[in-house]
Amino acid sequence: MCCPGCQAVAQTIVGSGLDTYYRHRTENASAPEITGRQLPTNLAQELALYDQPSVQRGFVSAQQGFLEASLVIEGITCAACVWLLEHHLQRLDGIEKASVNLTSHRARIQWDPARVALSTILTEIYRIGYQAHPWHPNKEEELLAAEQKRAIRRLGIAGIGMMQVMMMATALYAGAMQGLEIEYQAFIRWTSWLIATPVVFYSARPFFTAALRDIRSRQLSMDAPVSLAIGGAYLASIWATVTNTGEIYYDSVTMFTFFLLIGRFLEMKARHRSGRAGNSMLNLLPTSALRLTDGVEQLVPANELNAGDLVRVRPGQTIPADGIIEQGHGSIDESALTGEYLPIQKHEGDAIVGGTINVENPILIRVSEVGAESRLSAIVRLLDRAAEEKPQVARLADRVSSYFVAAVLITATVVGGSWYLLEPANALWITLSVLVVTCPCALSLATPTALTAATGTLRQHGFLITRGHVLESLARATHIIFDKTGTLTEGNLSLQSTQAVSDLSEARCLQLAAALETHSEHPIAKAFHPYASELSAEQINVTVGQGIEGMVSNQRYRIGTPEFAIQLCAGSEAEQPALEGKWLLLCNEQHPLAWFRINDQLRHEARDTITQLKAAGLQCEMLTGDNSHAVDETAEQLGIETITRGVSPEQKLAHVAQLQASGAEVIMVGDGINDIPVLAGAQTSIAMGSATDLAKTNADAVLISSDLQRLVDAIHLSRRSRQIIRQNLSWALGYNLLALPLAAFGFIAPWMAAIGMSASSLVVVGNALRLSRLRRRATQRVTHP
Amino acid sequence: MDIIYLLIPIAIILVSFATWAFFWSVNSGQFDDLESPAHSILYDDDEQLIPEEARKKKDEH
Repeated sequence: MCCPGCQAVAQTIVGSGLDTYYRHRTENASAPEITGRQLPTNLAQELALYDQPSVQRGFVSAQQGFLEASLVIEGITCAACVWLLEHHLQRLDGIEKASVNLTSHRARIQWDPARVALSTILTEIYRIGYQAHPWHPNKEEELLAAEQKRAIRRLGIAGIGMMQVMMMATALYAGAMQGLEIEYQAFIRWTSWLIATPVVFYSARPFFTAALRDIRSRQLSMDAPVSLAIGGAYLASIWATVTNTGEIYYDSVTMFTFFLLIGRFLEMKARHRSGRAGNSMLNLLPTSALRLTDGVEQLVPANELNAGDLVRVRPGQTIPADGIIEQGHGSIDESALTGEYLPIQKHEGDAIVGGTINVENPILIRVSEVGAESRLSAIVRLLDRAAEEKPQVARLADRVSSYFVAAVLITATVVGGSWYLLEPANALWITLSVLVVTCPCALSLATPTALTAATGTLRQHGFLITRGHVLESLARATHIIFDKTGTLTEGNLSLQSTQAVSDLSEARCLQLAAALETHSEHPIAKAFHPYASELSAEQINVTVGQGIEGMVSNQRYRIGTPEFAIQLCAGSEAEQPALEGKWLLLCNEQHPLAWFRINDQLRHEARDTITQLKAAGLQCEMLTGDNSHAVDETAEQLGIETITRGVSPEQKLAHVAQLQASGAEVIMVGDGINDIPVLAGAQTSIAMGSATDLAKTNADAVLISSDLQRLVDAIHLSRRSRQIIRQNLSWALGYNLLALPLAAFGFIAPWMAAIGMSASSLVVVGNALRLSRLRRRATQRVTHP
Repeated sequence: MDIIYLLIPIAIILVSFATWAFFWSVNSGQFDDLESPAHSILYDDDEQLIPEEARKKKDEH
């Protein structure tokens, strides 16, 4: 157990008899955001807001006396999470149905509003360690879901049709050997036509539409010869059926369509695996706000705020919109926007940005910008622009295939034309033979199978690829740029060392400090929370930006900045240790007691990763919004020489663009909102698993396990898959070049062509499957529930 | 052999029924999640379904 939050989650899970979860999960879960068995009151209040009908209107629908809602669940890592969520929810009184989708992380819940409130359901989800947000499907996601359903239907029709036509074909072949009367043969041919027709017109339709689009835009892709072969063979077979002469190819047509569709389907699945798309903005900004109208506080949905509204923000709450501090002062955690890991002091009249977190004191803000004008939206717009201007990765397979396709079409025309002049009766069949034998089946499988195998392998090891080009661009990368806070470091402060300066033991000092700091939610105070003992402090007094004073067993103590703490024992002196870092001093009324060094902990595997990446020939750089001395320290520990510090999101993007202009292929690894534009601008962007949703949705890949070592694996595997794609392409091309002349001179019967095509495809697939193994490496893991 | 004039149409009717069932299952969302159902069979949440006698034997092993 790493924290009280994890402990509470584990107790809830075992307490409700759902401990099977621990036996079946394949990935460690991330630490819950909420600590303690009871939810903090501000979160409970926020969840209670979801019970209001006006808020529910957006995402809840009524179904036969029950209410139904879709939720996005954060924190799902494997199938065991799905099982845990479904079972925990179904045990609640009043829940009619709860189903969770592992791929899209969506939950569909049906409940009886008379017996259970939506806020109770959401609370239960939080209590077992996940976070739930209402989900409004946006246009793009609906399209994706529809596309997937259509693809499955097409695949199904092609599969069913293929089996039926194959049965008929067996009857015809057997009949041809044993002598089948002509009227039965005609009947079976007509039946085959009837079954093959939906396959051609429904299942194979995407090939035809794509081929048409290519002709209009004067480009060549696989789709042109595929449609030509399918359409040509189908039309020729109809002619043979009507006249009852020659050969029919319904079996080849359906089988060809089915295999090609499988390839397309796998490719589409890899493309869709983007985890959670859309709605990320919604999750970032809080859903509720405390509005003051004529001195009366009122909890309203955050999207109903207008410019000019007065809003109270309690400590620990997220600021609902851009604004100006009207009353009060306090520290604001802007790490999501700037990467600066320590909170910033803000006073009356200072501007603050929506999405940042108020750490210490309640403040009153006057809303200045909402919605599209806010700073957060500005970052999102920057992201859109960067994504548009992103350098396109030229794809090897596309280049090869368009030349190949042109060659096939020209050859087929020449062969068809020559045979028409020499022997018109055979021209059609031989031209078809050429098209079938050179069917770019192996060629079209060469890339997708290798990509699918490599993508699947990486996904099993916690590296999720969401865009098609990633494997190729990873293999070509020359530079890898890291963000600091949250990427190379853990992203939260922790206690690095303790130095006692009096006769009191270090352990005792730590207990005293922890007793004082439990009363604060400041990131610095949180570093002490794991060390809490039964000691408790009274008469707590927090001085913003300075420290905490309190009584422990009738002794007065202060902890905080050296200047603040030393005032309690005026006259005495304490010399700050020479080591770099953020030092806190603990004093009692007589003398200083101990120094504590607080820092953002480096990820334990970061150093090895950097060394290995350098060994792989990559330039490692660090790009951070942080401008403190911690930057140099981190860089030195990791051995990174090139550092760019204190930069805004815009400057980060400019830096990467400048590198790209000098010919670099850049991988960007980041996690915060401030990294989003640069993530969109780099050739390959990788977000950490703990990153904000917005960053994850816009990254090309997500490091789910947050284990940096996986980056090294991914780069090695991507280089290997590039090799295998090359091998596959040369094999497929070699085979086709050999078979083409034979077919053109009429030596290859269509059945031979079909066997050759299948064998060639099998070789390609077998070769690609070599990518499904990854070199094993022993890794240390931190245990979470 | 004339029987094929009856059997093949019957086969086609059965196939169209299968197609209809397949479309229905796709549209009702049964193919939305192709991953987690494969794991769900492995969970031991069916213990109350095991008969008493069998349960005892299992403990002895």
